[in-house]
Amino acid sequence: MSSLYEEISAPPAAGVPVRRVTLNVNGQDRTVDVEPRLLLAHLLRQGLKLTGTHTGCDTSNCGACTVLFDGRPIKSCTMFAVQADGHEVQTVEGLATQSSLHPLQEGFKEEHGLQCGFCTPGMMMAAKALLESNPNPTEDEIRWAISGNLCRCTGYQNIVKAILWAAEKMRGSSN
Amino acid sequence: MYPPRFNYESPKSLAEAISLLTAGGGEAKVLAGGQSLVPMLKLRFASPEMLVDINNIPGLNYVRRDADGSIHIGALCRHEDLEKSEVIAEHQPTIAAAAPLVADPIVRTRGTFVGSVCHADPQGDWSATMIALDGHIVAQGPNGKRNIPARDFVTGPFQNALAFDEIAIEAVIPAPKGDVHGGYLKLERRVGDFATAAVAVAVETSGGKVIRAGIALTGVGGRTINANVAADSLVGSALTIESIARAGELAAAAAEPRSDHRGSASYKRHIVSTFLTRILNNISESTVKAA
Ligand SMILES: Cc1cc2nc3c(=O)[nH]c(=O)nc-3n(C[C@H](O)[C@H](O)[C@H](O)COP(=O)(O)OP(=O)(O)OC[C@H]3O[C@@H](n4cnc5c(N)ncnc54)[C@H](O)[C@@H]3O)c2cc1C
Ligand code: FES
Ligand code: FES
Repeated sequence: MSSLYEEISAPPAAGVPVRRVTLNVNGQDRTVDVEPRLLLAHLLRQGLKLTGTHTGCDTSNCGACTVLFDGRPIKSCTMFAVQADGHEVQTVEGLATQSSLHPLQEGFKEEHGLQCGFCTPGMMMAAKALLESNPNPTEDEIRWAISGNLCRCTGYQNIVKAILWAAEKMRGSSN
Repeated sequence: MYPPRFNYESPKSLAEAISLLTAGGGEAKVLAGGQSLVPMLKLRFASPEMLVDINNIPGLNYVRRDADGSIHIGALCRHEDLEKSEVIAEHQPTIAAAAPLVADPIVRTRGTFVGSVCHADPQGDWSATMIALDGHIVAQGPNGKRNIPARDFVTGPFQNALAFDEIAIEAVIPAPKGDVHGGYLKLERRVGDFATAAVAVAVETSGGKVIRAGIALTGVGGRTINANVAADSLVGSALTIESIARAGELAAAAAEPRSDHRGSASYKRHIVSTFLTRILNNISESTVKAA
């Protein structure tokens, strides 16, 4: 169990408020002691060592920190870890299984949907939320759904193709 | 960036939330969607001793239309709930037009309509729609509920009329007396940017004549601007090329824009009159078609 912002695993200093929370991350219950001011992004990265979730801007603008919170995409740098108590969080680490990549991961590979890869986890989580509610999106709908996620490398073209690729594969496998 | 230290409470009822705010004596703040408050805390523009998270209070996430035609938006109704709402799509064109233009799709899953009105950002979109629609906020405190008209709710930039121990529990758009028309147009440099300028319009017509009109402007002043003179100029007659042009001039005159990185003051005034004219032309065409 970790108590963050204080030394990890050291007992918190007197007067520092600490909350015990249990959240489900990628299907697994995790119980942690956190200071209320700890951001969910920092709990994931520092506390739970799930460094797939990136923090790009830390000012709620870039979407690199996007995770799914009870299935909806949120910016994990703009929510406190305490607020996740009793909720489900999915991160990019939850996409692949032991044996295979998620179709979105395959799509990004096939269509060259990344260059430096910094925005990729957030893009994939935003795309996952889209495909869950809309399995057959148009190019326009994809562009709209990822408009809260910034990419400084690709020019978006191949990201859109990657998501279209994944959508097609996922439709095929659910038939 | 770390926010300053604070205590955190997540009450399960409004009564509990209000007594926490009362005990906080002005040092406690409501946390709704957090899409404005969390960034403010990180930048240390705010340092409350306690956050009262209202997200776990049941019964606040709704948008509904009552039998009388009034529309009620609960404190936990998110931007995206309005974007997807059939009630809004069918009955409230001003809100329907603004919903997809607020922030970006990820911010819209968390941020709330009511929280945005409370935040009172001169560049926030929802305050303008509320003023144009002549809506009100229902505030609940230790002594019960009171209604605060939207036009009096914002008292300055980032300041509202709530007492420290009051929670805005719902926004209400009053029942229309005629046919409902409206629109919202926003110029933004890119998705997720705040408005360079935006215009909210709500018009009710009966027998081809305007019987009520509301116009409010976003991003062109130190607070949301109620362009009531422009709106009043439309009431009592049908929309015509002349009356629309006149309203455009009056709205541009009501704007108080400043030149900045988003554009010059005169450019923003021009946008205001262009957007207003566009929305009113659309309304005029649709009323002609319907008649
Ligand atoms: C990248 C980005 C882009 C954005 N772009 C836009 C935009 O284009 N247009 C726009 O309008 N907004 C924009 N926003 C702001 C966004 O719409 C926020 O959701 C909104 O301003 C605040 O709503 P919230 O529920 O998140 O409130 P919070 O952040 O939780 O709270 C904001 C303030 O209101 C108070 N408050 C909230 N709810 C209540 C209540 N029920 N009773 C009493 N007080 C309350 C809080 O104490 C706090 O002071 C943007 C935000 C981000 C991060
Ligand atoms: S790190 Fe969260 S939006 Fe950029
Ligand atoms: S691949 Fe580099 S930011 Fe998107």
